[in-house]
Amino acid sequence: MLNTSLLKKIVLTCLLLPSIVAQAAEVNVYSYRQPFLVKPLFDVFSKETGIKVNVVFAKKGMAERLKREGEYSPADVLLTTDISRLVELQANQLLQPVESAVIEQAVPAQFQATDNTWFALTTRVRNIYSAKRLGEVALNYEDLADPKYKGRVCTRSGKHPYNVALVASMIAEHGEEETLQWLKGLKANLARKPQGSDRGQVQAIHQNLCDLSLGNSYYFGKMLKDNKQKVWADAVNINFPNQNNRGAHVNISGVAMAKYAPNKDNALKLMEFLVSAKAQQMYAETNMEYPVRVGVPVSALVASWGTFKADELSLAEIAKHRKAAIKLIDQAKFDL
Amino acid sequence: MLTSGIFVSSELFSHLWQSVLPTYISNTLILAVLVVFIALLFGVPCAIIISQTNVVGRRYLRWLLMLPLAMPAYLVAYLYTDLFDYAGPVQRALRAYFQWQSPSDYWFFDIRTITGAAIMLALVLFPYVYMLVRTAFECQDQQLLRASRSLGYSFSKSFIKVALPLARPAIAIAASLVLMETLADFATVQYFAVNTLTTAIYDTWLEYGDLSTANALASILMLFVLFAVVAEQKARAGHRHQSNRPNNHIQLRQLSTGQHLLFAGYCWLLVLAGFVIPCLLLVQMAIDYATLTQLQQLLSSGLNSVKVSVFTATITTLIALLLVLFNRLHSHTWRKYPLQISGVGYAIPGTVLAMAMLATFGPLDHWLNDLAKALSFSGPGLLLSGSIFAIVFALVVRFAAIANGTIQSGVEQIPASLDIAPASLGVGLGRSLLKVHLPILKSSIFVAWLLVFVEAMKELPAVLLLRPFNFDTLSTQIYQLISDEQLERGALGALLIVLFGLLPIIYLNKRE
Repeated sequence: MLNTSLLKKIVLTCLLLPSIVAQAAEVNVYSYRQPFLVKPLFDVFSKETGIKVNVVFAKKGMAERLKREGEYSPADVLLTTDISRLVELQANQLLQPVESAVIEQAVPAQFQATDNTWFALTTRVRNIYSAKRLGEVALNYEDLADPKYKGRVCTRSGKHPYNVALVASMIAEHGEEETLQWLKGLKANLARKPQGSDRGQVQAIHQNLCDLSLGNSYYFGKMLKDNKQKVWADAVNINFPNQNNRGAHVNISGVAMAKYAPNKDNALKLMEFLVSAKAQQMYAETNMEYPVRVGVPVSALVASWGTFKADELSLAEIAKHRKAAIKLIDQAKFDL
Repeated sequence: MLTSGIFVSSELFSHLWQSVLPTYISNTLILAVLVVFIALLFGVPCAIIISQTNVVGRRYLRWLLMLPLAMPAYLVAYLYTDLFDYAGPVQRALRAYFQWQSPSDYWFFDIRTITGAAIMLALVLFPYVYMLVRTAFECQDQQLLRASRSLGYSFSKSFIKVALPLARPAIAIAASLVLMETLADFATVQYFAVNTLTTAIYDTWLEYGDLSTANALASILMLFVLFAVVAEQKARAGHRHQSNRPNNHIQLRQLSTGQHLLFAGYCWLLVLAGFVIPCLLLVQMAIDYATLTQLQQLLSSGLNSVKVSVFTATITTLIALLLVLFNRLHSHTWRKYPLQISGVGYAIPGTVLAMAMLATFGPLDHWLNDLAKALSFSGPGLLLSGSIFAIVFALVVRFAAIANGTIQSGVEQIPASLDIAPASLGVGLGRSLLKVHLPILKSSIFVAWLLVFVEAMKELPAVLLLRPFNFDTLSTQIYQLISDEQLERGALGALLIVLFGLLPIIYLNKRE
């Protein structure tokens, strides 16, 4: 008995050893998220598991790249900054379903794909920043097109995924025709052509170029912690829009496993790490996002902005209107 | 790619055509015309002042005017936006002095406009005009000018009637160079929110995920480029009445004190605006924000930059050397075609080039892996399209023209008799190349290498699209930081790019 079990172990080891050696412990990540946001997380992961994380950062074009690389793609794990891109990857069949009890338990059902191809890691609100000189204001996204704010609104490019997702949620709520009118009204209110980043708009409010701007929640925290940008953030209030009706538009950052992931096991380990309490807490503390994992608190700073009502529109619904949203933005000549 | 572009008739294309495309095209045209115009306005007067007058400080201005070449346009754009924005030091000082309260109290130019972008691009591109036109003037046959003067023309009249028309080819070549660089620019126009065809290609490909429409846009852009190439070829055809060596017997015009001030002031203004001020701003930022972690990042992305640039420069120079010598030593009528074809890449924007690389090497990689699989080897992975190979290849294609041109002009200085002499002494071709031509060409080869090295260092869009895992270069790192309004953290890296950019200018100046 002893012998056979020992023999089994030896055979098993011999069989497994080469595959372990061949699989120099690493995992390849394609990331839309910026290096300084995810690098600290990867460092902790590598330290804990000994698995090396290779990253390529891109601002755009992940789906195109994966399509082109096909079955020889080196990518294992994909990190994105919004829902539409996850769904785009899913629709192009570039993902594989991941069955993991750990992830299932950590990520609430509304924040994952029904076919388990993608999972949210954090949520972020599309806030409206308002100049402190306006005082307290209760704002809806719809108000940004109100002529009373003519020449007082700033935003980054309409084609940026965060704005595209917002427009998609407007389509889901109001339909295409009304959304186009809203876009045209918003464009007419702009103080300047859409440009720069979400932070740049807050800077513009600080400069008195405009009074209102669209921006993701965590940038507020980031700016408050930056020597140069703190004065910008100090000039604005952060507002959660549509609190008296459907609620604020919420987007996600998420993770998925590439269809042809060569390091599947390590990929799974990384994904499970990213939803762990430890990683989720890092997301909350250093990135100032809202962790998806239930029970992980937001950072004290984020908590100080108060609780809010979120739009309950499903993520899939937002993603469905993505292409229509981009077309409407072009049609309104939003960026021109 | 061109052909696939022409036959595209997608629904997206018609949607774009009805909405944003006309603006993209007109923006591209306006920007191109503005940049060329302003660059000529900056460059030609400087060339005239330095080559024709005894302006005070001429010896220094002569090379100082080349310095802006070391500045990437996107850096200058960012720095000046910071300087001239509402919250920037300039407007703050004005407000404090005049007691203005809000933007409505006064008018101040808006730098983030198409004109602003054009001025930024012209500020760093005008040295091309200056260098080429100045050389043209300095190499002009002085006897023609003397003859015109002995026939009764005044100094200025003989300059306008004889010297300027003779320099026309050089001006046209410089203008087409500036035009190509403008069409290829990606980061500056994006930062200034000026939508051009180059940004549209990027968007259509990566945002709409529609490669065929992106190809169609690329073909439209290539039409503009074609125009620049044809214009340049036409201009080169008129390249005559010019000796190859700088003429040391130019009679310099003696200026009055007022003229000295005016002309020197004009040149200094450009040196300050195009180089000194941006440099000082960067140094200031670096001092305020530099940290140890930045230094580490800088080291790794700096090494990557150097790696890519060294490979690119070396390969480009070697190919250029082969092509130029082949052109020189063969007598077939088709001998010049390889050289000409290899030079076309300079006109292709990095974004388009990246697309072409992926379209070429992607399938090749798949074929290699399929082959390996069929032979039951483990596949090599994305050997070509997923490594720095693709980046270097794209950059070699893009900058071949620079090396070709530099080495070609070096070869033209070698008397034809030196091709034959060694053979008549019984020395073989290879040996004669090694012992005669290469030593003479040494300096041109080095200049070519340096110029390509620096351009590769500055290049952004192709590297951005093609980079493999864990691979950032100085330029991609800076671009990333600029997009987050955080250039401060990249100031050290930016300074490094500029310092590298100074190398060829210093060397060229020493050689003179």
